[in-house]
Amino acid sequence: MGNDILVLVEHHAGAVHDSAAELLGKARELAAATGGEALAVLLHDGSAASLASGLPADRVLSVEHEAFAHFLPEAYVLAMAGLMADRDPRLTLVANTTVGMDLAGSLSARTSAPLAAYCIGLEVEGDVVVATNQVFGGKLHAEVEMPGGIASVVAGAFPPAEGAGGATVESVGAPDGLGNLRMRFLARVEPETSDVDITAQDILISVGRGIGGDENIELAEDLAGALGGVVSASRPVADAGWLPKTRQVGKSGRKVKPKLYIACGISGAPEHLEGMRDADLIIAINTDENAPIFDVAHFGTTEDLFDVVPALTEALEAAASAA
Amino acid sequence: MHIVVPMKQTVDLVEELELNDDGTDVEREYLKFISNEWDEQALEEALLIKEASPGTTVTVVGLDEVDVDQTLFAALAKGADRAIKLGGDFEEGISSHQRASILAQVIEGLSADLILIGVQSPEDLDGQTGVLLAGTLDLPHVSVAIGVEPHEGGVKVSQEFGAGVVHEIAVDGPAVIGVQAARQAPRYVAISRIRQAMQAGGLEEQEAPEAAAAGSGLTIRRLFAPEAASQAEMLGGDADDVAARLAQIIADRGLVKA
Ligand SMILES: Cc1cc2nc3c(=O)[nH]c(=O)nc-3n(C[C@H](O)[C@H](O)[C@H](O)COP(=O)(O)OP(=O)(O)OC[C@H]3O[C@@H](n4cnc5c(N)ncnc54)[C@H](O)[C@@H]3O)c2cc1C
Ligand SMILES: Nc1ncnc2c1ncn2[C@@H]1O[C@H](COP(=O)(O)O)[C@@H](O)[C@H]1O
Repeated sequence: MGNDILVLVEHHAGAVHDSAAELLGKARELAAATGGEALAVLLHDGSAASLASGLPADRVLSVEHEAFAHFLPEAYVLAMAGLMADRDPRLTLVANTTVGMDLAGSLSARTSAPLAAYCIGLEVEGDVVVATNQVFGGKLHAEVEMPGGIASVVAGAFPPAEGAGGATVESVGAPDGLGNLRMRFLARVEPETSDVDITAQDILISVGRGIGGDENIELAEDLAGALGGVVSASRPVADAGWLPKTRQVGKSGRKVKPKLYIACGISGAPEHLEGMRDADLIIAINTDENAPIFDVAHFGTTEDLFDVVPALTEALEAAASAA
Repeated sequence: MHIVVPMKQTVDLVEELELNDDGTDVEREYLKFISNEWDEQALEEALLIKEASPGTTVTVVGLDEVDVDQTLFAALAKGADRAIKLGGDFEEGISSHQRASILAQVIEGLSADLILIGVQSPEDLDGQTGVLLAGTLDLPHVSVAIGVEPHEGGVKVSQEFGAGVVHEIAVDGPAVIGVQAARQAPRYVAISRIRQAMQAGGLEEQEAPEAAAAGSGLTIRRLFAPEAASQAEMLGGDADDVAARLAQIIADRGLVKA
């Protein structure tokens, strides 16, 4: 096993994804410890070639082929498995995004490299790599050892690399097999827009599965009315159709940063926290005292949301009419 | 088209998760296990395809984990054609790599055209089973799918990215699709229907093949509860006390409606 740290650079629509700087910052730190190089992998169709020069890596491995015009899992797997075999890196880092979730396990099975998923910490201790990972919806962390391998890294786990560019760009030939893939890219569909833009709100009353059913959304609407805010939701609530998809906060929903975020019956899974942890004031109402939402909340209560929410609405309305 | 849906029993996260004596796993003996919610989404998507495409059959496969019978019979009651329970000793829990290794061997004998599986489970320390399975079987895969529909002899998959961007990808089967969400919420099935399915029997039981010896390649040092980043101030008292405090906190920050 070599000493390099390989990083897959995610990019979409001509822009490098935020995860790249976070992964490369960590890769440079780890490479300093292993005595290897931080290698950034840029898979592109030519139109994104210019992104290579701005990457904060020791070296950029630039692989050009028309199959890389969009993220296509099979094409990416071929390229990454090939690079892992050729360069024999100590570690391969991917972001724990859709792209990374799609690739990491497949690469692990194909290359026999161990995989640490939902990774939030990485250190080299002599011959072993120690990874810390979120498990059980973020309720627990697991510290594991591996000789090297793959880590899929959670957004925000590592600070972005300072300083940009200047990396040597090395053109690498595309792997065989890209001409007869078993999948084809059809279309990119932009998200629906809506009347309510939850990213533009000062106050969000956010409901999770604890709200129990769409007949109870009204309770949150009433509180939102008393505060002049808007109701948003966790993923299961949107998936169930209790609120529109455009109201979803989190990894696959919107990232929000309101002045006040009241989480009602939301457990605080990593994918939800990713979308709201930077809110100015977070209040969490959850009957489970161990729910991870309390790790990011400023104030919390384990009282039942069906009692607290109407009581809070009433208290606010009483205060308003007294004023 | 023959669709195989692997289903897993996983820890109910609403439970308090106590650690075992050496701190390397949760204390499984006392925990409540439920069907992995993403596998339920995968099953729903399979049933939607079946309803829209005559001639489609759906087979669910589960390891003999706590209460898996309930999950498999519920799948039959909802419309799955076959349910296979793989016997073995899984009480200690098994890694995703081992699970993928077992499933790969079973699925090779099932002539599947499509494998729909939950995008993840809460226990995927060493990665998600679906993509591990695809890598093991050298099958094409698309993960984080929010729609799978028959298309030109294969399927069209809607793959979801951040902020609601979706890519549509055509995939030739057999393929493994990691389902994030079905096109509609998983259907409800009455307990009485599950009981009927149980009475009718129809669970095929076979021994699970040995998982590949390599395992996950990870050595767990310890599990621990994360230290809170910003410890929340917990408000005591009953709901009215809490509401009064919260109203005050909100007012103090100048956040009440003008
Ligand atoms: C690729 C991917 C992307 C994802 N993207 C997102 C995303 O963008 N946004 C998102 O939210 N999730 C996302 N998820 C899903 C995420 O993993 C969790 O499943 C989800 O956030 C859980 O939602 P929840 O907190 O509403 O439900 P649960 O986890 O079921 O939590 C419900 C909570 O309500 C509490 N509760 C129940 N009853 C009451 C009551 N009466 N009073 C008070 N509290 C009560 C319970 O204690 C529990 O903690 C994603 C998952 C994947 C795999
Ligand atoms: N795979 C993708 N394809 C296209 N656009 C994407 C993709 N992933 C993320 N985006 C866009 O990139 C921006 C930042 O994404 P994220 O940081 O994942 O929330 C969003 O505005 C998305 O529209």
